[in-house]
Amino acid sequence: MDDGYLQQYVSLFEEFDVIGAFWVNIQLTVYAGILGLVLGTVLATMRISPVPSLRWAGSAYVTVFRNTPLTIIMVFCVLGLWGQLGWTLSPDFTTNFFRFAVVALTVYHAAFFCEALRSGVNTVPIGQAEAARAIGLSFLPAARLVILPQAFRGSVAPLGNVLIALIKNSTVAAAAGVAEAAGLMKTMIEFRPDVILAIFLTFAFGFVVLVVPVGMATTALSRRLAVVR
Amino acid sequence: MTDSPLFDTPGPRARRRMLWMNIVGALVVAGIGFLVLRAFAAKGQLDADLWNPFVGSRAWENFLLPGLKDTLKAAGISIVTASIFGIVFGIGRLSRSSLVRRVSGAIVEFFRAVPVLLMMIFFYLGIARLHVVEPADLPLVAVVLGLTFYNGSVFAELIRSGVHSLPRGQREAALAVGLRPTQSLRLIEVPQALIAMLPAIASQLVVILKDTALGSIITYPDLLDAARRLGSGDGNILQALMIAAGMFIVINYALTRLAGRLARRVGGRTAGRPRAEAPGLAVGPGAT
Amino acid sequence: MRTGRVVTALAAAAMLSLSGCSSSDDDDADSGSTGGASESSGGAQGTVRIGIKFDQPGLGFKDGDEYTGFDVDVARYVANELGYGEDQIEFVQSPSAQRENLLETGQVDMIFATYSITDKRKEVVSFGGPYFVAGQDLLVAADDDSIKGPEDLEGKNLCSVTGSTSAQRIKDEYATGTNLLEQPGYAECVTALTAGSVDAVTTDDIILAGLAAVPANKGKVKVVGNPFSEENYGVGLPKDSDKCEAINTAIKKMIEDGTWDELLADNVGASGYKANTDLNPPKPAACS
Repeated sequence: MDDGYLQQYVSLFEEFDVIGAFWVNIQLTVYAGILGLVLGTVLATMRISPVPSLRWAGSAYVTVFRNTPLTIIMVFCVLGLWGQLGWTLSPDFTTNFFRFAVVALTVYHAAFFCEALRSGVNTVPIGQAEAARAIGLSFLPAARLVILPQAFRGSVAPLGNVLIALIKNSTVAAAAGVAEAAGLMKTMIEFRPDVILAIFLTFAFGFVVLVVPVGMATTALSRRLAVVR
Repeated sequence: MTDSPLFDTPGPRARRRMLWMNIVGALVVAGIGFLVLRAFAAKGQLDADLWNPFVGSRAWENFLLPGLKDTLKAAGISIVTASIFGIVFGIGRLSRSSLVRRVSGAIVEFFRAVPVLLMMIFFYLGIARLHVVEPADLPLVAVVLGLTFYNGSVFAELIRSGVHSLPRGQREAALAVGLRPTQSLRLIEVPQALIAMLPAIASQLVVILKDTALGSIITYPDLLDAARRLGSGDGNILQALMIAAGMFIVINYALTRLAGRLARRVGGRTAGRPRAEAPGLAVGPGAT
Repeated sequence: MRTGRVVTALAAAAMLSLSGCSSSDDDDADSGSTGGASESSGGAQGTVRIGIKFDQPGLGFKDGDEYTGFDVDVARYVANELGYGEDQIEFVQSPSAQRENLLETGQVDMIFATYSITDKRKEVVSFGGPYFVAGQDLLVAADDDSIKGPEDLEGKNLCSVTGSTSAQRIKDEYATGTNLLEQPGYAECVTALTAGSVDAVTTDDIILAGLAAVPANKGKVKVVGNPFSEENYGVGLPKDSDKCEAINTAIKKMIEDGTWDELLADNVGASGYKANTDLNPPKPAACS
């Protein structure tokens, strides 16, 4: 009986490309992570900028996107931008939806990256900003050369948390028609309800393998990079 | 914010320039908005037929409000259970026994790494086979368990790092007046850590509320599910989802504001530094 | 056992009073029917839990406390024949992926949810019926005459739901150059279809007919009417169920007394869809 179960389990991997599905999640995470961090940095800069309208726009963005379920954003990207407005991000049909999923993950997590960075900005002592101004730097150079570099180092841990959330949230890309791990799990459970527990544990383990090293790495990094004060 | 340390108060020329930029910016945003709306109108998505259902009471009475009720119910229960889980394992991670510390640590790390959706599916399928829960309650139980284990783990981490953020004097003073270490933790440190972590806990509450939407996959009739059903029946799924998104934004925004206010009011009652971010994963600096 | 029932009843009562709407009993069969047809022990007592879809207009749809659709009406008729009154039926949401699980774990007593009888499924559950024979078909824009069957989809965009085999079948067997979009639900697919982003939506014809019958979609989409598979919709039952014979008797009676035609016309007739008369109405298969 045990032997049979194991065989059933192994046959799953021949039938379904589990590794390939997880690879899609990793790709989604990498692209959305980089783009989200860039957008998040811009937003964080806007939120501490001297221009009131930019500050307002930044916080409005964060309020809207942080409080909307990701699934809804995903559906809007596909059904709204592509389905109704006819925008395409790639001539290839499948790549197109992959990119829309990246866009949705990016705009959603940018709000969280922004908040993580802002918490990093709060760890920068006021003296640093005052010193930057004292030597004649205006806002953008001061932000670029003095505040943000220190803020990044101070916010490695919260940024890591957002990255971990991003890895797990990449499963929502199924709503955009991207063939990734959670969608595959659903398909596998539907076709092989006999080994349901094994399927679940496989996917759970896959995420633990992806997430825990990221968590440990960011923790170690945050300690190494922490600005000693 | 004119007293921000990051920049000088803008002078008259800078203010004039800002005004012009604002006007140009607003025009650009309005222009894009107009083009998008026109494109939607061209596809008939702004037709009154598709929006009218939300003016009447049927959409609200039969779909959106019951959905909202179920979302709030699952979120409410989960918040309570996750807090209990978090306090137990948060204290466990601070225990003097290295065994308790390690076990608590492993549990917390595992549940933080697994996507909530997977946990919900697992509990849903697993508990069904045990026959311990009334079938009608099963989706709710599975949703609550999934949310509890994940968010409870986050709470545990918050409590742990909150305790670590307290000045050492707090514990020393507690011990000095004759409290045992566990008493100090329970009576002095954890309460202060909770207050210090209130902003972070508040943002986690928003996460709980939004994550109830994952329950729709295991037949929990939450707000998102209700909106989707409404949209299926009336052929206006984009509009229904937009309304649902609006409801989520309003509720979550109110929740965040409320928690922020609370945090400011009780902020004076802690020696810790209030933090808005969940702490890092794995072992933090103070843990040995 | 007894207390369990009381708890269920109380929970159901609480649900009803909470949602603030009295359920209107405009059922088609009289709820006073005595348990004459009941062959199972104690069939007329307690409640029967019936799994249906909650999100498929025309087949199984939940609107507040009301349930509508062809599957729902057939389920009501059959349950009545088994001796259950209207107030003894409890509808449970049964999404495609959960149907075997719900039956195996005893969360539902029977399922009427576009449940095709297949050999693979027969390994884990039993089937009564079939009560309808559907076939995979295509839904296209009302003014689209270029798509007459799956072969015409070469190079076109096709939408179906995640984890469904029907779209994959087209790609494998008919038109390899089809672009496949998977969405969480059929309503999403129809939205993309009416906007012209996809050229066709595929699944069983009666499901498509239900979608086409939604007022907002009327006149915008049509079912091609060229089914290319045979899906026998059965009544899903737990493996050890003794209700199969009684259910088949009820289905036969429903077909003979004209109720079957009536229910079909009421629920999906508005789309102009006609069931495939070569195969419909079906003859219930022998119980295993």
